[in-house]
Amino acid sequence: MLNYVKLMVLGVIMLFAAVATNFARDIAYQTHALIILGVAFGMFIWVLRNTDEPGVRIDTNGYMDGVVRAGVIATGFWGIVGFLVGVIIAFQLAFPALNLDWAQPYANFGRLRPLHTSAVVFAFGGNALIMSSFYIVQRTCGARLWGGNLAWFVFWGYNLFIVLAATGYLFGATQSKEYAEPEWYIDIWLTIVWLAFLAVYLGTIFKRKERHIYVANWFLLSFIITVAMLHLVNNISIPVSIWGSKSVQLFSGVQDAMTQWWYGHNAVGFFLTAGFLGMMYYFVPKQAGRPVFSYKLSIIHFWALIFLYIWAGPHHLHYTALPDWASTLGMVFSIILWMPSWGGMINGLMTLQGAWDKLRTDPIIRMMVVSLAFYGMSTFEGPVMSIRAINSLSHYTDWTIGHVHSGALGWNGMITFCALYFLTPRLWGRASMYSMSAINWHFWLATIGIVLYAASMWVSGIMEGLMWREVDAQGFLVNSFADTVIAKYPMYIVRGLGGVLYLVGGLIMAWNMWMTIRGGEKVAAPVGIPST
Amino acid sequence: MSDFETETEIDDETGVETTGHDWDGIKELNNPLPRWWLWSFYISIVWGIGYVIAYPAWPMITGATQGMLGYSTRGEVASEIARFEDQNSALTSALSAVDLNTLGENAELNHFAVAGGAAVFRSHCSQCHGSGANGSKGYPNLLDDDWLWGGTIDQIAYSIKHGVRNEVDEDAHYSEMPAFGDMLEASEINQVVHHVRSITGLENDADLASLGQPLFMDNCSSCHGDNGKGDREIGAPNLTDAIWLYGGDVESLTQTISTSRFGVMPAWGMRLKVSEINAVAAYVHQLGGGE
Repeated sequence: MLNYVKLMVLGVIMLFAAVATNFARDIAYQTHALIILGVAFGMFIWVLRNTDEPGVRIDTNGYMDGVVRAGVIATGFWGIVGFLVGVIIAFQLAFPALNLDWAQPYANFGRLRPLHTSAVVFAFGGNALIMSSFYIVQRTCGARLWGGNLAWFVFWGYNLFIVLAATGYLFGATQSKEYAEPEWYIDIWLTIVWLAFLAVYLGTIFKRKERHIYVANWFLLSFIITVAMLHLVNNISIPVSIWGSKSVQLFSGVQDAMTQWWYGHNAVGFFLTAGFLGMMYYFVPKQAGRPVFSYKLSIIHFWALIFLYIWAGPHHLHYTALPDWASTLGMVFSIILWMPSWGGMINGLMTLQGAWDKLRTDPIIRMMVVSLAFYGMSTFEGPVMSIRAINSLSHYTDWTIGHVHSGALGWNGMITFCALYFLTPRLWGRASMYSMSAINWHFWLATIGIVLYAASMWVSGIMEGLMWREVDAQGFLVNSFADTVIAKYPMYIVRGLGGVLYLVGGLIMAWNMWMTIRGGEKVAAPVGIPST
Repeated sequence: MSDFETETEIDDETGVETTGHDWDGIKELNNPLPRWWLWSFYISIVWGIGYVIAYPAWPMITGATQGMLGYSTRGEVASEIARFEDQNSALTSALSAVDLNTLGENAELNHFAVAGGAAVFRSHCSQCHGSGANGSKGYPNLLDDDWLWGGTIDQIAYSIKHGVRNEVDEDAHYSEMPAFGDMLEASEINQVVHHVRSITGLENDADLASLGQPLFMDNCSSCHGDNGKGDREIGAPNLTDAIWLYGGDVESLTQTISTSRFGVMPAWGMRLKVSEINAVAAYVHQLGGGE
């Protein structure tokens, strides 16, 4: 019976998508309507073939790991895509000819840049967070994921969101809000998927068999809830037409800017910090085999972090139309945020107390230490850059790009690699990763890549900031903008090379994961069963 | 529901007690908050309270608190600008009033004008003319002595102030070359192209060039002159000096003659002060080609 309802719903979606394809006012919208038509058609056939067939009984006693496996593969895949596009646009900046005249307007920097940021933050990072959440919440609650196949809906729905967003950028559909570029109908779809994610997560927590909720789940839940709130508020807009991708923002002027950076800053705070701290709080103690350093510290730094982070957005708008009072508050909260951020680093690093010897033998632990070190470095650098006087030098320069990447490549990337190396053998029933020395290679390539990236952007950013503000004794500007662009050229090449090293490390990881999944002996019962 | 009453235990490695929680094998030590961490946190809070008292911070009903120090970001920038304006005020007013032809006689003022003009040029002119003023296709090179509208310092200042072919300044330089694609056959245009290349010493087909010569006299010489030397009164370029704004190859010249060109420059008099116009005129004049 349920299948007939599904068939009807899919039929309606197909009809609507076909109509939308016909009436589409722009190519991005038309492409999306076609994608949705194709997806709905595929699902229609699939449901039809399964209708009135004897269903396969799923054992619902164990953990639901199929969706986590899919998430592990998606994370690896999108990581490579995101790193590759990053390398391409890095070299486009150094060599503008790589914008490729024959591939215009699709392959220019302006369209590939959001493709890169969304691929690494939302596709790579988002899949990493969703699959880790699903894995961690089951293990630490001792319960199977709530909602049956809803978790699969979250996985496929989220990845459909990514495909729609990415194709939209290439075809020129964007609402021009950094990290919130997807247009209105993609935003609505993400809202549906995200609420399903929240439902699965909360449902699992409600039926947990442990009395207390583990700290990783606090962070992950705060990430899911806050991202929902940020996404809803920052994307309030009115479509110009139901048959087109263009929409108009409800807020305008500085209100729009403030809403955007309230969103943008907390996307960093709750997506890339709180969410990944949730991952850190599970994978570090598991990999090290050591207890978490301090329960008290985790409580205090959790509440301090989520309370303070939400106020710090105005530091993205120093010296703009934003009133000074808002700018001051953003700066003050950013600096008070320093210690709460570091609480996570302390708790992570000190958890290795008694396991430091493993640094010599276990490259995954080594990656975790580097990850936490970059976390500490960038959460120190952030408050420093939020200080108005320093921001007047650093703002709009490559220093900001370097700061973001020491956090993204160092902290988010490295801890995600650790999670993938931890999960792959366990989820596919292998004793360990196929090659430990490949992990070691990955570690060194990625670390050196990050160092090249961050160092070149410090040099380039501080140099261009100083060149922009340089005036002679009579107050006249010394450099033109073009002079600063020329001066940055060698640093752009160094940055690109850093990106290449990071990408090569990622490819080695993908190969290692593939070999682990494909071969090797099955290990019996590698993963625990929920306690009853 | 299992293990509700878990026991705390002493961790072997550190001798610290655990909390008794156990999730999937993860336990927690009952360590206190690190002292240095806690005190740094407290200090940052105290500093924050002090800072929001000193600087504009809290939104109220009709406005925000202004802070004890009377600081504002706009005030900070304004005072920096005012400092330089005060320092330069005598020179700036002298520059506004100066007869540009006598500027060279006042070394101090001339130095000030060239330095200030260079800064204005970097901010407003370099986007088209290049930060080295060497121009690019469609944007004249300002380093040479080939001037479309005149190269004396007064003429340069006039061009900057009123611009070229813009629609906002009635006194802007204006002239328009016809698109000869509508008037001449393609073969005739090709003959003119070769004639033009011949008078500037570029490789050409002599037969075509000689056929183009009378066509040039009939159609082009009224503006560019019989010998192709151009006319600055109407911004008609000199065609004999091997300097090309849109390219001197056969393809570019064919396009120029067929469809014409219509280079536009803004009227900077509407955006810059008189002293800045004079300054940038002085800067451009001394780049090499000034007359």
